[in-house]
Amino acid sequence: MCLAIPALIKRIEDKEAEVEIGGITRRISLWLTPEAKVGDYVLLHTGYAINILDQEEAEETLKLLQEVAEAAEEKG
Amino acid sequence: MEDKILLAHGSGGKLAHELVEKGFLKAFDNPLLAKLDDSAVFNLSGRLAFTTDSYVVSPIFFPGGDIGKLAVCGTVNDLAMSGAKPLYLSLSFIIEEGLPQGELSQIVDSIYKAAQEANVEIVAGDTKVVNRGSADKLFINTAGVGIIAEGIDISGSNASPGDKVLLSGPIGDHGIAVVSQREGLSFSTQLKSDCAPLGSLVAEMLEASSNIHCLRDPTRGGLATTLNELAKQSKVSIRIEEEKIPVREEVLAACEMLGFDPLYVANEGKLVAIVPTKDANKVLKAMQQNHYAKDAAIIGEVQAERPGRVVMKTCLGASRIVDMLVGDLLPRIC
Amino acid sequence: MKFITEFRRSELAEGLIAQIHRRSQTPVRFMEFCGGHTVTIFKYGIRQVLPETIEMVSGPGCPVCVTANADLDKAIALSKIPDVIITTFGDMLKVPGSRSSLQKVKADGADVHTVYSTMDALKIAGMNPTKSVVFLGIGFETTAPTIAASILQAREKRVKNYYVLSLHKLCPPVIRAILDSGEVKLQGLICPGHVSAIIGSHPWEFIAQDYGIPCVVSGFEPLDILRCVDMLVAQIENGESKVEIAYRRGVRPEGNQQALKLMEQIFEPCPAQWRGIGEVPSSGLKLRKEYQHFDAELAFDIDPGPTYEPEGCICGDILRGVKTPADCRLFGKACTPQYPVGPCMVSSEGSCSAYYLYGEGIGG
Repeated sequence: MCLAIPALIKRIEDKEAEVEIGGITRRISLWLTPEAKVGDYVLLHTGYAINILDQEEAEETLKLLQEVAEAAEEKG
Repeated sequence: MEDKILLAHGSGGKLAHELVEKGFLKAFDNPLLAKLDDSAVFNLSGRLAFTTDSYVVSPIFFPGGDIGKLAVCGTVNDLAMSGAKPLYLSLSFIIEEGLPQGELSQIVDSIYKAAQEANVEIVAGDTKVVNRGSADKLFINTAGVGIIAEGIDISGSNASPGDKVLLSGPIGDHGIAVVSQREGLSFSTQLKSDCAPLGSLVAEMLEASSNIHCLRDPTRGGLATTLNELAKQSKVSIRIEEEKIPVREEVLAACEMLGFDPLYVANEGKLVAIVPTKDANKVLKAMQQNHYAKDAAIIGEVQAERPGRVVMKTCLGASRIVDMLVGDLLPRIC
Repeated sequence: MKFITEFRRSELAEGLIAQIHRRSQTPVRFMEFCGGHTVTIFKYGIRQVLPETIEMVSGPGCPVCVTANADLDKAIALSKIPDVIITTFGDMLKVPGSRSSLQKVKADGADVHTVYSTMDALKIAGMNPTKSVVFLGIGFETTAPTIAASILQAREKRVKNYYVLSLHKLCPPVIRAILDSGEVKLQGLICPGHVSAIIGSHPWEFIAQDYGIPCVVSGFEPLDILRCVDMLVAQIENGESKVEIAYRRGVRPEGNQQALKLMEQIFEPCPAQWRGIGEVPSSGLKLRKEYQHFDAELAFDIDPGPTYEPEGCICGDILRGVKTPADCRLFGKACTPQYPVGPCMVSSEGSCSAYYLYGEGIGG
């Protein structure tokens, strides 16, 4: 359920924003994330940003997965 | 000249003649058409390929092409996929009254250019105009004939176990370029339709190997549907690898957004070739040297077990079945 | 960082899969509540790479699938009212109600538009001032705030011809209903990531506390699911049951306060009918009194007629996780994606569709 994808905010006008999603651009609504800034990645669902993505957390998760992968290799 | 197409343009009277003479004859100037007889009459010998297709794309203009270019390329490609050298096309317009003459000229112009590039001649044509609401701006029907060289035997039923599956380039460009223009979905992208005539590509591939077993252009229904058709027709299974299938970033992004799978999105300038292993690399090289297949890749192979199935190895190393497209691609939230 | 391909890297997946195999000792059954997770699991073949100790069952997390026939019939009845334009997400078009589907009534002349967003529905309302534009409000907590925002925009812009048929559903109450029925025994729950982006992770606490079932909120990329399974396994093997988030880039424990506020402003909870599960208290949303003039159900005289359920269809049992599509005698025979009998075959997120299209258990 609830297809949502990461989109990068390029411009903000009032409660709308222009976002980039891997080379395509689209206008979206910021009604649900008024605090979003240019340069933020948001989760886009049916034309609305439903949350701001947390870059640090994403990197943290990937770092952890990298460690798991390295550990698995050593044991492998 | 009127600035819009009227019902009278299709009546067979003066306006109709004006449209044919000023609009079409000038653009497609060739001796067979210029005779204005009821049929184009010409000699051909050898094995012939003959095909027809209708074009109803909406919108009629899209990034990278329009309905006219599509109509030429579609029919040229259908001929080429039988291993034929495309020669002659017929062209039939069904126009909704009110279509601006300017748009029609633009489309006629791109038909001309596409036909020139594909090295085919438009030798017969017809125009009908229907009441507003009875058609969506413009429908085009084309038929085409081509000639197949000695020793070439290409058919969807020729795939045999061990053959390699080649794809001429990234998938989904056409479908996404068209969808990007649709009302209610509008998003903007630099992406262009891949709409292109593939006659020369096929000729170069056949030069590299006359042993090509199958050729097919994955148009509506996308790569997944085409591979399923081939697997069923040849009673074999086809195993492909997800990571080897080229997809542009924009196509992937639009698919993520709309809930589409690129495997099911339409192409208008790509082909799938099934080739015996020994010739696969030769054919691949020939493809990569052609402008329309620079990113060609070997994406899988033909197997004997589970005939009729297409199976894909996912990036996790697991397998899943890839079925045909069912119904329409609709944007979804789930 | 583009937040997509990074989470599909096969070399990272291998490490996680190895860790899961090493850690998992106890036989367990995990439910992925969300249809989006079901799709990722099937699309990437995740069941095939998990150890035999882990059994996965699909839950009722597909808003299309759980929409009751009676509600679908209402939408179809609305489409037959003169001068009504129906706007809907594409998902709903093919779903059969008791007698017809939106796709069929459209072919018969009903004015049905597929939209990507409520913003598009509002535009259609603006362009057709003499008609009434009804938006079919399906979806869980992820989607409901976007519908709430559209209602507020309609009010701001004084759009007088925009209505919503509110068929929204709330996830935590239905999970409670499923656990209370005791029909399916679970040792872990994969909580929906985008619902949690809105509501946060706190609303799942009761599952860990009252039922002792480990809960992990997951994202939708293959690495997210694998990481989530790994965290569930770790809880099991450590004898814990708590709520954790494997999707921290998208979900904060407190959720999206602004979205929750809008939802609260426009909607209030009400009982809702779930297909196969029946009425679940406080699991639906209806428009609050101040916004009732946007409510399609009140604005129009809807006569949906009697409701029928398709004979032999076990979508209800499948939605509760009690049976799998393979248990259905219609599956793959009378019921295929082309000629679907029940909603789980129609919706691209439905279990039956996923089983059928991606071919569960075909092996390496």
